[in-house]
Amino acid sequence: MIGYAFFRLVSLCASLAAASIVIFGVIEVIPGDPAAFMLGVSATDDAVAALRAELGLEGGVTARYFSWVGGMLVGDFGTSYTYRVPVSELVLARLQVSLPLTLYALALSTAVAIPVGLAAAARRGGTADYGIMAATQLGIAVPNFWFAMLLVLVFSIGLGWFGAGGFPGWEAGFWTGVKALTLPAVALALPQASILARIMRSSLLEVLGQDYMRTARAKGLSGRQAVVSHGLRNALIPVMTILGLQFSFLLAGAIIIENVFFLPGLGRLIFQGIIQRDLIVVESVVMLLVFAVIMVTYLVDLTYAAIDPRLRRSI
Amino acid sequence: MKVPAQLWFGAALSSAFVVAALVSLVWTPYPVDELSIDQRMRLPGDGYVLGTDQFGRDMLSMLMVGARTSIAVAIVAVGIGMAFGVPLGLLAAANRGKPVDEIVMRTNDLVFAFPSLVIAILITAVFGPSAFNAILAIGIFNIPVFARVTRGGALSLWTLDFVLSARVAGKSRLRISLEHILANITNLLIVQGTIQFSLGILAEAGLSYVGLGAQPPTPSWGRMLAESQTLVSLAPHIAAFPGLAIVLTVLGLNLMGDGLRDILDPRLRSTR
Repeated sequence: MIGYAFFRLVSLCASLAAASIVIFGVIEVIPGDPAAFMLGVSATDDAVAALRAELGLEGGVTARYFSWVGGMLVGDFGTSYTYRVPVSELVLARLQVSLPLTLYALALSTAVAIPVGLAAAARRGGTADYGIMAATQLGIAVPNFWFAMLLVLVFSIGLGWFGAGGFPGWEAGFWTGVKALTLPAVALALPQASILARIMRSSLLEVLGQDYMRTARAKGLSGRQAVVSHGLRNALIPVMTILGLQFSFLLAGAIIIENVFFLPGLGRLIFQGIIQRDLIVVESVVMLLVFAVIMVTYLVDLTYAAIDPRLRRSI
Repeated sequence: MKVPAQLWFGAALSSAFVVAALVSLVWTPYPVDELSIDQRMRLPGDGYVLGTDQFGRDMLSMLMVGARTSIAVAIVAVGIGMAFGVPLGLLAAANRGKPVDEIVMRTNDLVFAFPSLVIAILITAVFGPSAFNAILAIGIFNIPVFARVTRGGALSLWTLDFVLSARVAGKSRLRISLEHILANITNLLIVQGTIQFSLGILAEAGLSYVGLGAQPPTPSWGRMLAESQTLVSLAPHIAAFPGLAIVLTVLGLNLMGDGLRDILDPRLRSTR
């Protein structure tokens, strides 16, 4: 297991290095001179030179790349051109919204999907199974930002149970913060929960047909006992993989959902960065998002290997 | 062979939107570039089947032209994914375990780490928003998907006897890939193509919604939703119809994909 974890760690570092080269290439090399790009066509040469010096954009491409990566390794993401503060400060502040939102949605989708998938598999072919399958088919087809708008219409404007948007900050109290993130998290979780419930159902159905399940029943376990002690662990393997994959979709979805609810998260930061041509902010936030996706994939692989020892040999 | 009902239903649903998009090339009930402020936010009926938007434009006409944008973006993005992903997958499978296989698969993993929204953000930050950049972003995301599916399907075929006899007959790996492997994974690619097409429609809507996709005056479902957001309590129909159009198209394509998979890959039928 340690050997497997080490091998995957080396490939994780290689992926991160490759991703950083791609991001740096697109943001800092393709536009030519990033300082001139940020200031626009009407900028004077002096202004461009001054901004270049201020943002540390002087020097050759290779030197700049290594100084960017070296900075990130010690938590220095450079300085935002529009906000005039370190990008790390901006990112840290915004993460306090985006990260809880993503985790909240992940928790909601798992909490709903696993029992729903189990229930559908237990009643295979029955009305409840058909109902659940039809509902999940619909859940997958609904764009989460549209569902978010419907939630606002019903629960904020109609019933007045939740605010229509904005985030009061965690200083206003834990539950106030959770309440402000509830509708966005529900909107974000719906498609993922639908996919997960379907995976859970088909994975459990496949496990139920296995010989070891029949053996478990033959030695006297009830259906429920057999599923809990032998079936679930095996059925959860594909669910784990999908959960890992979903993390990147949730992160990307959070960027969009933050726009619907005017939440001050990473999504708002990145879109403001694009509008104001603040390339340093865009570059750092994109690197952070990609880092998160690669990291989660690594953790899922390790968990996967821990659940199913056969996978450790396949390297 | 019995064609499942969901395939019929899905095909009918998605065809309706394809037909609407095609008809919009030659005819729409009203011109979509004509604003009539005195007719704004009209409810459905009374000359406007689905009502009008905040600028007095006919919703049905906007939805028809919007279908064109969505479908065009999704089709080209699937095309990009197939055009690059399938040859890469065939190449990797034909050279299983060799450095070229490793390079293709690791590059795949790298692209997978960039969700299509993140690719779109990168492209837009430098080149500005446009429908073309949305196509590029979704298309790039599709490449590793098709490469992986192709490689997976091809690997299992390379172990079969008919491929072995082709090799004994002296055919090159390239010829076997093109003549035997590709022909036998077409079903797999059709099913994956349908799934990526529906994901493409959702992705295009999302990108247009946040302003990274089609730009005004080109109507697009995602942007119609973004523009309706502040008016949702005054005129819910402006937000309802573009959303419904997305749901029904994606639902149709997903049902069609599931139905096709049932026919083309019967092994999956028992558990799904």
